[in-house]
Order: sequence, then structure tokens, then C-alpha cells
Amino acid sequence: MDQLVGKCLALRAPTAPSSGSSEGAAFRLLLEKRRPSQRKKAQRLATQIHPTAPGQEKHRGSHVKQKYGQCYSSRSGRSNRHTDRSRDRHKPSSSKDSSRSERSVVINPPDSPSQESPVHNGEPLPGEPRQLLNLERMDSASVSQKKSASSVTESSHDDNWGETTTAVTGTSELSVSQEEVVGLGKEIQDRTQNVRRYLPVALGLFVGLVVAATPLVFLLLPALLWPDQLQVCGSACEGLFLSISFKLLILLLAIWALFLRPGRASLPRVDVYRAFLTTLTLLLTMSYWLFYGVRILDAQDEDYHGIVQFAVSLVDSQLFVHYLAVVLLELRHLQPCYSVCVIRSTDGETRYYNIGQLSIQRAALSILEYYYRDFPVHNPALLTAAKQRSAKHLAGLKVYNVDAPGNAAGPQPSNGNQSRPMGTAASKRKDSAHNELYYEEADYERRVRKRRARLVVAVEEAFTHVRRMKKEDEQATPSDIMDVREAALAVFPSLARALQKYLRTTRRQHCHSMESIQKHLSFCLINNMSPKAFLEAYLTPGPTLQYGPERWMADQWTLVSEASVTTGLKQGTDFLLKCLDFSLAVTVKAIPYIRFKEEYVDPKSHKFLLLLQSETSV
Amino acid sequence: MSSYIPGQPVSVVVQKIEIHKLREGDRLILGFSIGGGIDQDPSQNPYSEDKSDKGIYVTRIAPGGPADVAGLRVGDKIMQVNGWDMTMIKHYQALKKLTKPKEEVVRLLVTRKSLEQAVKGAMGLH
Repeated sequence: MDQLVGKCLALRAPTAPSSGSSEGAAFRLLLEKRRPSQRKKAQRLATQIHPTAPGQEKHRGSHVKQKYGQCYSSRSGRSNRHTDRSRDRHKPSSSKDSSRSERSVVINPPDSPSQESPVHNGEPLPGEPRQLLNLERMDSASVSQKKSASSVTESSHDDNWGETTTAVTGTSELSVSQEEVVGLGKEIQDRTQNVRRYLPVALGLFVGLVVAATPLVFLLLPALLWPDQLQVCGSACEGLFLSISFKLLILLLAIWALFLRPGRASLPRVDVYRAFLTTLTLLLTMSYWLFYGVRILDAQDEDYHGIVQFAVSLVDSQLFVHYLAVVLLELRHLQPCYSVCVIRSTDGETRYYNIGQLSIQRAALSILEYYYRDFPVHNPALLTAAKQRSAKHLAGLKVYNVDAPGNAAGPQPSNGNQSRPMGTAASKRKDSAHNELYYEEADYERRVRKRRARLVVAVEEAFTHVRRMKKEDEQATPSDIMDVREAALAVFPSLARALQKYLRTTRRQHCHSMESIQKHLSFCLINNMSPKAFLEAYLTPGPTLQYGPERWMADQWTLVSEASVTTGLKQGTDFLLKCLDFSLAVTVKAIPYIRFKEEYVDPKSHKFLLLLQSETSV
Repeated sequence: MSSYIPGQPVSVVVQKIEIHKLREGDRLILGFSIGGGIDQDPSQNPYSEDKSDKGIYVTRIAPGGPADVAGLRVGDKIMQVNGWDMTMIKHYQALKKLTKPKEEVVRLLVTRKSLEQAVKGAMGLH
């Protein structure tokens, strides 16, 4: 397939609009003859020689695809996109300049977009129209992948694909099946998630109904079973009826308030307190039923007053059990007694929180809720600088694999084939690494500040053009009056470029799509915000929850703990909250016991002297 | 200077200094500054030996002025001005005694440490 790419490009080299295309053609002619690993190296060399803009590499690819659409049938064009996408997935990281650093190899969770397509929903940032073209096709490809596996087999009928059909179907089948299986798994997971989420609600509902119905049943059964033998009781019973009805109402409301809420998380183990309380309630109800069955139903007791009092006592006990539930579930952990330190593993962001006495899993839950509120969103693009530095360190070393047989027992240098001189060069490089870091960081700071200055000026200028329409402007021509969306669209281009450049420099351009920027701009215009208020969303990385779920990079959390997760927190407890891309390390310290002493100060003892030292000339 | 014991007479060696005031416009100036007094903070006095001494001290002397010419030195403690006692007096009262507009000459009795030492030295020779 890749060979065909080479061939097609070689054929159409003169018409390709990219710069230096003839050299590109020469390189690609070489490409078709090499093995895949070397081809990729040649590709990398090619990209080194042509310092392309970020979109251009894909741009070439898109043109290739366009040509395919014209050469061959549309179905084969689609399957080409399959392989292209799978090939892009397996391409190693070739991040030459910082702005293309999204193309790192990351194992993606199935429902988050792949790293190499840093935009979301096919909406790219402004200024990259070519990439839009490419990615739209890729997105439609991913959609079509799931639906039409049949297109792959149909491509085999196309005569022109004779010798490479197997390669096409092989890789695309792989990628299709992978996606489909993962998609299936996700669907199953979604259904079970829904069940798990509403299971506590269902359980609470069941227990609540049992609890509410029992006293009524206690009261009604004698009246139904042996009505003639019952003694009529007067006003005392009526008072008791009133009290039963109100207490039942309060109990039902309390159960609704406390238990009938959709769960906010699915914890790995059953919560001890909830299990205990459910057991207690059911035990209570069962024992009352037992007594009722033996003493009243069997004996056919005639004293209705006693039966009503029996029912009232049941409702009272249930109310007290509910009070116990409130205290155990809601009140006990409100008083803070532990201070936890949460550190994110990738960039070291640290926060400190005070939490009360909780089990480890509940503490992890509240810590995660704080995480979504407080921690700035995880940005993998910022970590590549450190990786590049360590990669440069390793580049000076030669790794010999002595144990493996065959060809693998050779040196694996990562740049060039230098042997001995690398020793001194490596030491020199290690010595100058801190120097490089210092100048690199100073340069980065300067660049960020310059871009920021330009951005602030551009935004302020843009905001001066827009003005809220006042009463006296009603004589203005209707074509000048715009609603907020049009106004935002009108001023947007003047600040789009500066904003995009700033986001590129701080490597946060994948967090904001053009649509979201326009929405924010309209929001600021409606609420009369200053340009500084508009900019604040882009100058600092906000908390994780501010962005949509596709940006969180944190979907499925795993709790890693040495102690059992239902035990309570103690001084010195450590556990880890692992996510796919990073993990949060949590350590627990107890808040110290504070001793106070009282010292009484008499208000009359506040007396003062005035001490002067003046010097006067005579 | 002997330390000050309230109620007991103080015996020091004093020097008589006669200052002729200089007329400047409608004012008569003496050419020095004083500090101290019973209403002031004695611990901030840089010239006194005993930091609880609330007497009047000379803190500055204008060079070439009448006080300088008459022989007054910085750090002198003024014991009497024209017969008025300066050891137990408020700051502004001392000022008034020094700057009476009708007097052209003030006669001060001042004491300083070097006087004591000089006298002791002279007595020791005998």
C-alpha cells in the first residue's frame, strides 16, 4: 500500500503543490524500494530537510487521498483511509518542533480521541484549513469503519488493486476489528454502568417501601381479618393515627432525601455503613413482623389500641434508625481530622485537603471530586520537553543487547553511527544539559511573554469595536445592528491569529476549539465583560471540569492500595489513584491535636506612657 | 557626675559660661540645642552617663555661634541658667529660661565629665 503511495506520488509529482516537490518525488521513489523501518527513517529525513508547517505532511497525504478518489473507485479510497489511519496510529513519535508535539505514541482509552488528532469533533483551530480537510475525512473514515466492514471485502473485487489487496484487507481488518470489539465492550460497559449507578436507588426504594408499608399493613390486617371482634377505641386511637401518618410522611421524605439519589460513583467494594444500616432496618422490620405474626395474628388480639401502639412504636424505631443513618453517613465525616497531600505524577501538581474520617474508597472519591475542581487540566504536550531531554541523554549512550540471538545483538545508536568519540561528546552533552535547559526556559518565557503582549493588545482592540446598542442608537441602520453571535463572529478574526499563536506557544491549542472560543466570546459580550475577563480563560489552564469530558484524559480510575479499601484512613496511609495517562499519589497525615490555654486580660490594664525626646534649638 | 538620688543634694564640678546672645532680626539666638527634661525619655540621651538622668543636656552647637565662642561643648549638662535650676525642670520651661527676650547675656553653670577628671587629676598631684 505504501509502495503504491510512492508510485502515485511519483506519477503526480509535478502537480503536487507542496514546496520542494521534486525532491520529495525523488525521496519517494526511493521509498518504494525500502523496508518499512527504513522507509520511515527516510520519511523522517525528508521531513527534516523540508521544514514543513504542521499541516503539510498530512496535507500531502490528503492530496494523495484526493488523487486516489479520482484514480479508483470511492470504496477503495475509503479503505485507503483505513490503512492510512492505521498507519498513522503506528507511526512513531516524530515531533520535530514543539507545535507538532501532539503526535506522541500514547495508548489511548477507547473513547478518547487519538493523540495525533489534537482537535475535537473535527473542528480545528483557525488558520489550519488544510488540516480540517484531512481530519474531516479521517473522522468520516472512523465512522464508516464501524459501519461498513463490507466495503473492505468489496475492494478486493477492484482489478487495479490486485497485488496489494491482501495488505489492504489485512491491516484494515485488524483496525476495524479492534475498533469494533472495543466499541462493543464500551457498549456493554455503558449498560452495566447504568445498572450500577441506579442500583443503590433501587435498593433504597425497595427498603423504603417495605418500611413504609409495614405499619399500614399492621393496622389494616386486624380490621380486615377479624373486624367484628375488634374493640373500638376512641380519641386516643385517632391521635395515634394522626401521629402515625405524620411520622410516616416525615420518614418517607427523609428516606427520599437521603437515599434516593443517583449514586455519584461506583466504588469497588460495598460501603460498610450502608450495608450495616440496611441490615439493621430489615432486621428491625423482620423482628416486628415476627412479633406481630405470633402475638397478634395467631392470637387474634382484640385490643386495637394495643395494635395501633405497636405500629406507632415501629415507626418510631424506624425514625431513630434513620437518625443513625444520617449521623453515620453524612455527619461523621464532616469534621476534618486528616490532611491529605495529592500529587499528580506527571507534572507534580500538589494540593492539600482536609477530610474527615472516611474509608479509603470514600476518601478517594472525595479526592477525585476535588481533583476535577482544583487541578489544572492534564496537558501531555508539556511533558515532551522533559522526554526530549532524557532522550538526548540516552542518545549519547550505545546500548548493546548481548543476550538476544541473531541480528538483534547489535548496537542501537539513535543518531548516526559514531562509536568512540561518543564518549567525550556524551560527557560534554551531559555537562551542558543544564545550560541548555536554562537558556531554553528563558527563551520560552520570553516567547510566551511576547505572544501574550500581542494577544492582549489584539483582544483589547477587538473589544473596542463592539459596543452594546443603547437607546439613542435605534436610528442606526438595521444592517449595522447584529445579535451577539454575529457580533462575535465579526470581531473574532482580528483576535483569532494572536490567540492561536499564543495557545500554540503554551501548547494548549487542543483544549480550545474555534466553536468554544466563539461561544466564550459571545458570553463575554452578553455579560459586559472586559477584554481581560475574556482572556483569563486562555491565559491559565483551568480546572479539569471546565473542559468537556473528551479533554480530561482521565476516564477510568483505579484505586491501588495496600490496605483494604473499606478500612478507615489513618496517619501514614498511602494509596494511588491510577488513570490511563497519569496517577495521583495520596498521603495522609493527621491534623495535630491542638491544646488551648486561656489567659485573661483585664481591659483596665491597658495603660500607656508617652516617651518623648525632643531637641530644640535655642 | 554623681548619680542622682532623689532628695539628696548633688555635688558636681561646674564651669561658668557666659554667652552673649546674637541678634538676628527680631530674635536673640544662642547657637545651641538642648535636650532632656523631666517630661522627656532619659534613656534616649546619648550624652548622659546615668540613663535615668533627666537633666538638660547640650546636644548640638552651631559652629562659630555665641555658645561655641563662649566655650560650651556638646554633651554638657546645664545645671543653672542665670540662677535658675535646670536639673529638675520641664523641657519647655528650660527653653523659656534660656530665651528670655529681654536678657542679652545668659550665665550658665555647666558640668562635664572632663571637668571632674581634671579636678581629680589636679587633686591627685598634691
